[in-house]
Amino acid sequence: MTAVAHSTRAVARERASFWTQRRRDNLVGYLFVAPALLGSIAFVLVPLALVGWYSLNEWNVLAGTFHFVGAQNYQQLLADEKLRDSLVATTWFAAGLVVLNLSLALLLAVLLNQKLRGTTVFRTLFFSPVLVSLVAWTLVWQLMLQPEGSVNSLLGFFGADGPNWLRGESTAMVSVIVVQVIKNVGLNMVLFLAALQGVPQPLYEAAKIDGAGAWTRFRRITVPLISPTILLTSIITIVGSLQVFAQIAVLTQGGPGTSTTVLIYYLYQQAFQFHHFGYGATISVLLFVIVAALTLLQWRMRRKWVLHET
Amino acid sequence: MRPRVKIALYGLLCLLCVPFVFPTWWMITSSMKPISEIFSTSLLPSEWTFATYRQVFEMQPFGQQYWNSLYIAVIVTVGTMAVAAMAGYAFARIRFPGQNVLFVVVLIGLLIPSEVTIVPLFQMFQSLGLTNTHWPLIIVPIFGAPCVLAIFIMRQFFIALPSELEEAARMDGLGRAGIFYRVALPLSRPALGAVAIFTFLHSWNLYLEPIVYLSTPDMYTLPQALTQFVDIYRGPMWNVQLAAATMTAVPILVVFVLAQRQFIEGLAHTGVKG
Repeated sequence: MTAVAHSTRAVARERASFWTQRRRDNLVGYLFVAPALLGSIAFVLVPLALVGWYSLNEWNVLAGTFHFVGAQNYQQLLADEKLRDSLVATTWFAAGLVVLNLSLALLLAVLLNQKLRGTTVFRTLFFSPVLVSLVAWTLVWQLMLQPEGSVNSLLGFFGADGPNWLRGESTAMVSVIVVQVIKNVGLNMVLFLAALQGVPQPLYEAAKIDGAGAWTRFRRITVPLISPTILLTSIITIVGSLQVFAQIAVLTQGGPGTSTTVLIYYLYQQAFQFHHFGYGATISVLLFVIVAALTLLQWRMRRKWVLHET
Repeated sequence: MRPRVKIALYGLLCLLCVPFVFPTWWMITSSMKPISEIFSTSLLPSEWTFATYRQVFEMQPFGQQYWNSLYIAVIVTVGTMAVAAMAGYAFARIRFPGQNVLFVVVLIGLLIPSEVTIVPLFQMFQSLGLTNTHWPLIIVPIFGAPCVLAIFIMRQFFIALPSELEEAARMDGLGRAGIFYRVALPLSRPALGAVAIFTFLHSWNLYLEPIVYLSTPDMYTLPQALTQFVDIYRGPMWNVQLAAATMTAVPILVVFVLAQRQFIEGLAHTGVKG
């Protein structure tokens, strides 16, 4: 409609000039995306290509050697028992974290979604660890998980004899998972709370009239309706679990043995402690393949899992 | 709800709260305990000491390290907001040739955890002579993979903006850049706020990158410095560590208390981990 108001002279002038509206828009568009685009090329795509190239070379920084070896690093990867251990550790960590994190987040969200006074206070308390800086949080748990620390004092109060959490083959992994879940579960809780508040109340009332119990209502109404959020949080949590480094480095240094040497920690050890850049790059390629595969898989599964998308 | 159910629910919530609240409490109170009491079970120190807080500054250039973390996080946050807002706006509202291809190129960064590229990035910065400087901790987050999520969030926001606003601004004689700066950007404050929060948290908590790039204590950032409070046998000096840890928790807690509602809703809005 407004186009009619354009005087023909203005249109003529615009056509005559090289800098038409469209050309000016294009220029602004390119200028606006330029910083991000150049950054992506310099700090994502080029390094990714370099990781691929390095992985085909024997590169020991300490020895100063760099030469092409083809698939040798990949053969080493297949035969590497420590790598197998680290894949096992990574899988345990991711699985434990996702299951614990999502179920606890959902439980807290459902509890805080009840009509109770003071839920904002509890919400804040459950959320507060998110704000404590990561290494600070890890350090205080390191103190608490010492053999004579407060976790074992509490167990002793109930007459139980607590283990040396961070030095036990089986307890170290559990400790790292629990520390991480409590640190970050508040974020998923907030997302679930937002989703729960979007579930229409009449559905519950209708189900109640039909005689559905609380558990049935939860399983048949709540879970399907918040499934997009469940999917989102599971993606975030799984990909996040593959990136956990500081907690491992501070709490267990990958030990005892290799029980908590997750893939990124192994990558760090090989590249920056043992100075095997070539082999480190090969592990990076593996990490990239895993993350990319998981993301694509979850993207595919979204249709199956999710009732409807917003 | 029946009162009995109510009481049970409150009891459950209080019990669940313990592992969330206790560590922070323990961090603050233990930092004021003498070292001999560090493994005592009392919830408060028998005598309060602030000597540990002095030791923090004596053992390391902690003030300098604090400043390093703070100024890096602020620059990264402001820089990310600018880069992400511009790119997000262009991808959402301007039509230009090659747009979709360029968007996919940028989006690849979402698929790649920054740890994957740490080896070549380290090599790049070393050959430029920029290791043990703060440059890698500033420019990679602003322009590289960590920024992509921010671009995505800004783009989602700008897509939802009603186009009548822009048409009106154009009638008033504003060009593209003017529309962005005068109309779209002021309206995008909620999204920008969310981007600011998670970018700041991310930079503040960065650990792998600093320990890879930085090698002298006066260049360290806080997370890295916290693990360096050790005695001559490399055993941790718990109370000094916790005093330093308490101090690093302060800025974020202050911001949180001041802007609690926005903080939680901003994060809920984006669904992003800090």
